[in-house]
Amino acid sequence: MATEDVKLIGSWASVFVMRAKIALHLKSISYEFLQETFGSKSELLLKSNPVHKKMPVLIHADKPVCESNIIVQYIDEAWNSSGPSILPSHPYDRAIARFWAAYIDDQWFISLRSILTAQGEEEKKASIAQVEERTELLEKAFNDCSKGKPFFNGDHIGYLDIALGSFLGWWRVVELDANHKFLDETKTPSLAKWAERFCDDPAVKPIMPEITKLAEFARKLFPKPQA
Amino acid sequence: MAEEIILLDYWASMFGMRTRIALEEKGVKYEYREEDLSNKSPLLLEMNPIHKKIPVLIHKGKPICESIIQVQYIDELWPDTNPILPSDPYQRAQARFWADYIDKKTYVPCKSLWSETGEKQEAAKMEFIEVLKTLDSELGDKSFFGGNEFGLVDIAFIGFYSWFRTYEEVANLLTIVEKFPKLISWAQRCLKRESVAKTLPDSDKVLKSISDHRKTVLGID
Repeated sequence: MATEDVKLIGSWASVFVMRAKIALHLKSISYEFLQETFGSKSELLLKSNPVHKKMPVLIHADKPVCESNIIVQYIDEAWNSSGPSILPSHPYDRAIARFWAAYIDDQWFISLRSILTAQGEEEKKASIAQVEERTELLEKAFNDCSKGKPFFNGDHIGYLDIALGSFLGWWRVVELDANHKFLDETKTPSLAKWAERFCDDPAVKPIMPEITKLAEFARKLFPKPQA
Repeated sequence: MAEEIILLDYWASMFGMRTRIALEEKGVKYEYREEDLSNKSPLLLEMNPIHKKIPVLIHKGKPICESIIQVQYIDELWPDTNPILPSDPYQRAQARFWADYIDKKTYVPCKSLWSETGEKQEAAKMEFIEVLKTLDSELGDKSFFGGNEFGLVDIAFIGFYSWFRTYEEVANLLTIVEKFPKLISWAQRCLKRESVAKTLPDSDKVLKSISDHRKTVLGID
């Protein structure tokens, strides 16, 4: 399996690319990482993902798989005999994990990003309030899903841990930018501890980008309007 | 078994249709409960507090929300009857990709097609035509989106077929029939399946309901 041709098209800063990387690391899969140049899209990316033209794209034996959560599920299924299971084993738990992963992408992330793109203090405050609200839901989801264990997925990191955990670098960048802590021991005790455990996981630690590097990149992506 | 599965749904919802088709494909008995979307039941609000939307599948008292998630859940519980997802991991990834594409690209424009007028409606039309073009091309000369077997992507899109006449009339979306004959043949092929024939509402019924809603609730002529 390790000799199979696996490529990942992405960028060091992308949350969604990170999901694919974590899944590959969990399964001990060797792969070639093809870093996209900031500001342009490679021929290979456009050819492999003509519909969305976005990263990450996993190319396995020349066949492309697109969309980060779909890539993670694919990795889990294609290499189901190596490494831990990424999706929970019970269909109901899988449905719940998929539900929250979709919520994170469709609702939570959108409000997190809107903090960085907010025009003016009022908008920023409203976005912060929305992230607070939505994070509370995730705190509760963690307690329900983990059932007292260290991760959303139980004893080991899994699909939902990866879905949310990949945001931790950027989340910290947003906290610094907004001068507001979302993850803390009083407001989100479970998530705060989980975040530390997640970042310490051997499949995550080597690939979590440095906060200072990310913050610098964020300033490029989301330039502040001139006063 | 019937009392173990409850589906909270709305008769014309193309999303609810997905779950109904999946349950029919598996031959699973369930209790269907029609929701009044202008007056949502306490059960709906309790079982889907985050989105407050139908369909909601309740299995042994536990809710599962989001139609594509429900369809996969049903497929995983009853894997041996009429499998909905293929067994090959790459084919599964492709099926999930296209189901996700349909969800991402149709939800907003399809609502605007019937609830808006003027520029907003025009923009929605353009978006929807792009979706039809892409799906038409993806389908190609295959019988179903996954190849020879009816599956997830067919289930994800077929409900929209019952809305085509509504879009044509209300949004002046000329002749989906003429422009996309492959999609129409595909829809007819799907309708030959009992699960689909039983589930899809009559197109004229959908059109009447939406036309009435536009007049009385939205105040559009």
